[in-house]
Amino acid sequence: MGALDFHMTANRGPTVPESLREIFQYRDLLYMLTWRDIKVRYKQSAMGFLWAILMPLLIVGAGVLVRMAFSMGSKQHLSMAEFSGIALKSLPWAFFVSAVKFGTNSMVSNPNLVTKIYFPREVFPLAAVLASLFDASIASVVTLVFLVFCGVGISIQLLWTPAILVLIVLFTAALAMFLSCANLFFRDVKYLVDVFLTFGIFFTPVFYDARMLGKWEPFLLLNPLSSLLEALNRTVVLHQAPLFSWLSYAACCTVLSLIGAWTVFNRAEAHFAEII
Amino acid sequence: MSEIALEFDGVWKKFKKGEIHDSLRDLIPALTRGAFSNNHTGKLEDREFWALQEVSFQVRKGEAFGIVGANGAGKSTALKLLSRILRANRGRITARGRLSGLIEVGAGFHQDLTGRENVYLNGCILGMKRREIGLKFDEIVNFAGIGDFIDTPVKRYSSGMYARLGFAVAAHVDPEILLVDEVLSVGDMRFQEKCFERMRRVVGQGTTVIFVSHNLQAVQMLCSRAVLLRSGRVAMIGPTAEVVKEYVCDPAESSVQKFPTRIGDVSLCDGGGRAKANFRPGEKAELRFVVRPSAPLDECLLGLIVRRATDGLAVCDYNLPLSVAGPFTEVEAGCVPLSVGLHMNLLRGAYVVSLHVFNRATSRHIAYADRVANFFVEETLSWEGMTHLQPNLRNGHA
Repeated sequence: MGALDFHMTANRGPTVPESLREIFQYRDLLYMLTWRDIKVRYKQSAMGFLWAILMPLLIVGAGVLVRMAFSMGSKQHLSMAEFSGIALKSLPWAFFVSAVKFGTNSMVSNPNLVTKIYFPREVFPLAAVLASLFDASIASVVTLVFLVFCGVGISIQLLWTPAILVLIVLFTAALAMFLSCANLFFRDVKYLVDVFLTFGIFFTPVFYDARMLGKWEPFLLLNPLSSLLEALNRTVVLHQAPLFSWLSYAACCTVLSLIGAWTVFNRAEAHFAEII
Repeated sequence: MSEIALEFDGVWKKFKKGEIHDSLRDLIPALTRGAFSNNHTGKLEDREFWALQEVSFQVRKGEAFGIVGANGAGKSTALKLLSRILRANRGRITARGRLSGLIEVGAGFHQDLTGRENVYLNGCILGMKRREIGLKFDEIVNFAGIGDFIDTPVKRYSSGMYARLGFAVAAHVDPEILLVDEVLSVGDMRFQEKCFERMRRVVGQGTTVIFVSHNLQAVQMLCSRAVLLRSGRVAMIGPTAEVVKEYVCDPAESSVQKFPTRIGDVSLCDGGGRAKANFRPGEKAELRFVVRPSAPLDECLLGLIVRRATDGLAVCDYNLPLSVAGPFTEVEAGCVPLSVGLHMNLLRGAYVVSLHVFNRATSRHIAYADRVANFFVEETLSWEGMTHLQPNLRNGHA
């Protein structure tokens, strides 16, 4: 049987490798859907690409303000390193928020496609993540300039960065997949996600560093995103090696959540057209 | 025997009636029962019903295969199972080759994008590669007849343009198996002809086509074989003409009379009075029936409608004054036998007869008998058409 043949037995969904292969077959669709999401966002908009920068900028602004208020209280000046740390970590956080938000709605906002035409449904959340990634890469130019301006130099530890960034993207993708699927079955997931994303910034070391919590630090780092943001801060701003144990913990979490989300997605896929 | 392109093997599919839980409150029970268990193979649970039961058929490579049946018989469910949008509860479905559907044209269009952008987007949704779309782009735009509007956002298109562009993209996917669901009704008449031509060409090129339509005429012209579904079960599989015949004669299809006057014992006979259902063009026939009137028949009109069964086109709709056949004196007897002599000047096809009685005095229908008789005309004179003009070819001018 060729690659395009299929043989379907009742109730058996595709396995993760099978769906990976299928997504590869449909890579042009993934590209087009991503492109559509980006295009639609910037079409008929007055702000254009400024939009991509606005969100991280607001987060940085809020973070700096909060930290300034703290440092005024404790009579300590906000150091340049802390300042760049906030700027650096705001970007992946902004990406995470936008990707999860768009990802959660990605399927319910396309009911026509879900009920009428077959293709691997994973492309919906994945395209949402990729479109957010596009925004983030535009904003990253600004972040880079900013970091250089703040005098953040380079070191050998920067080599960790790509791996950390990939882990952040994959973890986000896993969440987006799971939540898009959950939102299709239960529409209140969307509101829960909104609440969690709004307050999540207080539970994630974006404005502050994990070590400021002292002995409670491990609890914070249990959130894989926290460990990854911390690792990013250490390698880029502080020129230190990441905490290896926490980084590998985050990597494990990412892989497991990806497999878990994908399995749930594949199992549930059979019901999408009926439930949506 | 050529290769099997597509196979349904004992397929069952059930749906649930009524509201489906969609709030988190029901998450735990739903997850344990639903997506995370394999419990949905078994019997029907509360409020569930079978949309398809034990459906099996095979379609050979290059064959055009029709699926016919009344509303709710399971045609679209079968198609959605085939296109893998739905998954069966039991049974196996096998397909060999690239499969694509002309199911909902323009489903993937985004309002804010231009026609050009949507062609690419929709093409990818239907399983084409970007390079492939690029190669066929001009052909698609030509087929749709969109012209200069291709760079206008589709939200500014007329609904006809929208549908035409959608069909044009879908028609250029060139799959090995094509699923078609009731899309030939898109656009104006000329565009419909164009679509139909395209379909015929696709069939001629050796593509396997699965065709679902209420237009039996189209099914008959495209498909060599068909399956008739009746409330989710296979009622018949065979040559299209026979399946259509079976479907047209479905007793469940004729409506119940709720009028004061009754029309009954309807039968079609040949000139000699023997019951007959198959006629040759030009043959004599007699329609016999019995009326149990509720008003004096002399004041009434008899409505006689003959429709082509495959598409519902009215061949004729006569209003015959019953006074011609009168006088009717035995109203009290309650039983008036009547007959209408006919010349079957029709071409090949299935036809259904409806009768009604209209009271001129009260301007009301007092009897209505829909689809009370059907007959077939068989001939090998024509390619298509309906009226038998009795052509007489001669040498020289008479």
